[in-house]
Order: sequence, then structure tokens, then C-alpha cells
Amino acid sequence: MSNTEAKAGLETKRPMSGEPVIQVREMTAGYGSEILLRRLTFEVRRGEIFVILGGSGCGKSTLLKHLIGLNTPLAGDIVVNGRLITGHEEVLPQVLRECGVLFQGGALFGSMTLAENVALPLREYTDLPEAHIDTLVKMKLALVSLSGYENHLPSEISGGMKKRAGLARAMALNPQILFFDEPSAGLDPITSAELDQLILHLNRTLGTTMVIVTHELASIFSVADRVIMLDKRAKGIVAEGDPRHLQEHSKNPYVRRFFNREA
Amino acid sequence: MPEDPVSSPSDAAGSYHASRDTAGALVIRFLGRLAADNASSIIRELDSLLAAERPAMLIADLGELRQIDDFGVVVLVGLKKAMGTLQGRFEIQNVEAGVSEILAMHRFVSLGQEGGAGRRRSADIFSRLGARTIAALRETGYMLQFLGDTCVSSWHVIRHPRVLRLGDTLTNMQRVGVDALPIVGLISFLLGLIMAFMSAVQLQQFGANIYVASLVSLSMTRELGPIMTAIIVAGRSGSAFAAEIGSMKISEEIDALTTMGFDPHIFLVLPRLVAAVLVVPFLTLFSDLFAIAGGLLVGITMLDLTVNNYIDQTLATLDLFDVALGFFKGAVFAALIAWTGCLRGFQVEGGAVGVGRATTSAVVSSIFLIILSDSIVVVILRYWEW
Repeated sequence: MSNTEAKAGLETKRPMSGEPVIQVREMTAGYGSEILLRRLTFEVRRGEIFVILGGSGCGKSTLLKHLIGLNTPLAGDIVVNGRLITGHEEVLPQVLRECGVLFQGGALFGSMTLAENVALPLREYTDLPEAHIDTLVKMKLALVSLSGYENHLPSEISGGMKKRAGLARAMALNPQILFFDEPSAGLDPITSAELDQLILHLNRTLGTTMVIVTHELASIFSVADRVIMLDKRAKGIVAEGDPRHLQEHSKNPYVRRFFNREA
Repeated sequence: MPEDPVSSPSDAAGSYHASRDTAGALVIRFLGRLAADNASSIIRELDSLLAAERPAMLIADLGELRQIDDFGVVVLVGLKKAMGTLQGRFEIQNVEAGVSEILAMHRFVSLGQEGGAGRRRSADIFSRLGARTIAALRETGYMLQFLGDTCVSSWHVIRHPRVLRLGDTLTNMQRVGVDALPIVGLISFLLGLIMAFMSAVQLQQFGANIYVASLVSLSMTRELGPIMTAIIVAGRSGSAFAAEIGSMKISEEIDALTTMGFDPHIFLVLPRLVAAVLVVPFLTLFSDLFAIAGGLLVGITMLDLTVNNYIDQTLATLDLFDVALGFFKGAVFAALIAWTGCLRGFQVEGGAVGVGRATTSAVVSSIFLIILSDSIVVVILRYWEW
């Protein structure tokens, strides 16, 4: 597994520290009377690549929506970057400025070109002069290998390109935390591996904390420092730790089957 | 070597120190960090510094720079560009490994050499005229093709009525007809009221109060009832058809229908078309009724008419042809609205913007077609002296 080796080389330079950047305490989430996750507690440490995984319908994406404040938990607390966001909607805009989110389909604004999509947060939240914003936008798009597509509309590019452009937009303000919803979904293996490399690279050079929702095993093994695994029946976490360790040594047969891709 | 300090603002996170060296070059030593949080203020300060100093050579000394990100790189690119416009030289010195890696990652060497970001250039007037003409011809072609498809699938449904999706048709009948009844009733009632009011002011002068009943009933049944109903249906349902089908188009649901062997026309267009044609004429009748009720209210409260008087006069004015004409117009308008709404839905391209455009266009073109076809009917009837 060459990805793992490549990762081992990077690990020494990982800007990880023990300080928690996201804390979820006793959180219960669900829709109406249906409870998806019960009394969930975990934390994400600064600088790590944290993967939330689990089978379909276990509440991965729902959990992500709670972490970025789009949904409110039924009970419990969520602290992001030292600020309690549950019950304190007023701190959300400030907290979200320190976060970037890459949605499944990229969620680019269809009426704007790629350059305008990336420039939007820069124009809105920094007072950089316009010429410098142009340069920065070009750099951001070059970083995700989209040089030359500045003036394309989202409808004119492929799904993988949309996703990369979405990443460029999510990274526009160099956020401290990046959230990814299924980054590999719908990408070919090469593009998907490139995206993994980009995630590792950004984590290493900028020290960005990454929270990734995925069930792509190859991707999990190449990028994840730590994972939590959710389960539909348990309505909570069934495994937590290093995926390579869990693959071999987990006591839970379901977890071992998941990591070894067995029916 | 650096002497003669020019300026050195201090910043808690990171700063710079500018001075002239012995050769007269402006040396800017960056200290600490150059990143997203301090980039824009440093850019502004350096811009005014360069404008004041206008050096022939600028050296950026990165020896004491500990941290840089892409915002920091943009500061350096800005300096490089500014020196380009001043026709001076620009160099970076003492680049540490970590900083050098970031610069390499962003291909610093090639940055800032091309001009400003290339905007989409707008073509000249002839190209635009040509492009518009071609687009208009294509659209006409598509409309004709769509009309043909509608005719063919309608013929198919007439020959094999079982292929019509009855459930969808009934749901659409409810949405287009029953759900629209309150708003059609209210608007028509108020319209009858207003017409009675306005005409009463004139007719009262001649003691011709009773003709208010004729005026309201005739104009509503023949013209305004069908038109008002059609406009409300276009706004409520024509737009909904376009938005529904448009969203299905961009999420590839229509492609899915085709690959599963369904004819999208029979599946989507015909239930809507049939439903609208069936219910809008009845909606028109309700509109007539509510308008007459509105006129009646004005008649008995303000014009000293009795209910009997008013209704007798209304019945004497209207004959079956007038009511049937309104009924028939309702059906024609309904077909136009449903067809246009579906057409615009099928024409959607791109994303959310495309759906919005289709919805607007569905309403505007249906209202135009309603008025156009109504004028044609009026001219024909005049010619036949009805």
C-alpha cells in the first residue's frame, strides 16, 4: 500500500497537537421522533485528519450537518474552536468563517464562474485589493489543478472538477477546519487519490484540521489519523481509533468486516 | 548593510522592515508571519511605500520570515507586479526551505507575469446578432418538434386511453383546479365588484342602473372570466409545471424515464395537459359566477336594484353561446398554458438559474399566448358577426 508509506513519510511533520478543536458531548440527533444518534461523545484534535464512517443510513451526514450548525441537536453540546454552538446561533457566523465545507456535489453557485465562486468569500470577508484577489483566486484554482477554468460556469465542467472547485472555494479563507462530505463519491480512482493527496498536502502545509465523512476504504487508509465508526443499530459509535489498528484488532466483528470489505 | 531605515511598522503577529541598501535598492525584510490575517494591511502599506519611494530595485528579504501562506504569496506577487509597472527589478533573498516549498507549490516564479485575469470578452455586434438568430431558429425548431411530439403522443393516448397515467392526471386536476378555486373565486368576485362600481358611476347618470348587470355578466362570461382564470392558472400551474419538469431535467430524471422505456411526453406532458384542459373550463364558469355575485352585491347595496331584478337582467343578457364561448376559451387557454409550461421545463439547461429562467418564461409566454389567441377569437367572431 504505497499511499500508507507516503503517509508515513509525512507523519513526522504533522502539525498535530492534543488540543481539541471540536468537542461533541452527549449529543442526541434525529428528525422528529426518530432518533438517529444517541448520546454521542467524541472530540477532534487540532491538525488531525478525522474520519467519520459507517454504513449507509447510520447518520454520518446528519452528524456533519450538526457539526457545522445546519441542524440543531435534540440534546447535548457541540463546541467548535472553543465556542459552544448549540443554543448560541449568534456565534455561528464567526465560527463558520473559521471553517470551510466541501459539499457532495461541490455546491457551486450556478450563476457564477469558478473564479467568482472562489472570489466571493474573499471579496466579502477580506479587504484585499481586487488585483490581489484575482491572483489569489488563480492560485487557489491552480492548487486544485483547475488553471485555465477561471471563466467556466459550473454547468460547463465535470463532476470531479466541480468538487475540486468546491474545495478551492471552501479553502478560500484558509480555514482552520475543513469539513468534507463524501469527497470521493462519484470520482474515478485516480481523481479520488489525487484529492486524498491534496487533503494530506493541505493538512501538512497549512495545519488545517480535516473532518471527513466517507465510506471509501482506500481513502480512509491513506488519509485518516483517527476514525469514528457509527452504526445504525447501535445509534452511536461502535469503534474509535486508528483505522489500521481497527482493521486487525477490533473486538467487534462488524467493524473488522467493514474494514476488510467482507460480506 | 541595511541602513537608512525608511519605515518599519510593528505588528504583533508579523511585520516588515524597509530600508535602502548601499546600492540604493529598497530592501524589505519580512519578519514573523505573512498570512491571511495581516496580508491586506501590509499590501496597503507597501503600496503607498512603493508609490512614495519609486525604487529602481526592490529586494524582498525572507530570511526572518517564519510562516507564509497563499495570502502571503499574494503580497510578494503584488510587489513583483508593482515593480513590473515601475519598470524596476525585483528579487527575493534568503528564502528558507519551508517558505521556498510554499512558493514552489504556488509556482511563484510564473505568477504575476500575465496580465490581469482574462475576463470573458463580449463578441462584436455581428457575431452577437448571428448567435441570437441561430439560437432563435434552434428554439423555433425545438418548439415545432415539441409540438409534433405532443400531437403524436396525444393521438397515441386517444387511440390507447389506458396509457394515460390516471393517478397523475387526477393529482394535477386537483392542483390546477380545486386548489385554485379560492383565489380564482376571490379575484373574480372583486373584479365583478370593481366593474359594477365603475360602470355604475357612468350609467347612473342616464338612469340605466339595470344595465350594470348586463355589462358585468357579458364582459365577464365572454372575455374577462376566461382571461383572468387563465392568467391565475398560468401563474400558479404553468410556472409549477416548468419548475417541476425543469428540476427533473437537471437531475437527469427525464433521461432515466427515457432509458426505462417510458415516453417522457406521455409520462409528464399529457397528464398535465389533459388535467388542465379538463378543469380550467369549469374554473372559468366559477369565475363568471363569482364575478356576477360581486356585481350583484354592488347592485343591491348601491344601485337600488333587487336580487330578482339583477338576476333577470343577467339571464336576459346572456345566452348559452356566451357561456359556451367562455367555456371553450378556458379549454384553449388551458392547453396553451400546460403546453408552454412543459415546453419551458424540457428546455431547461444548467442548474438553478435555468429553472428560474424557465419558470419566468413559462408564465410570460403563456400570458402572451392567452392574449394573442383571445384576440384571434375576437376577430373571427367579429367576422362571423356573433
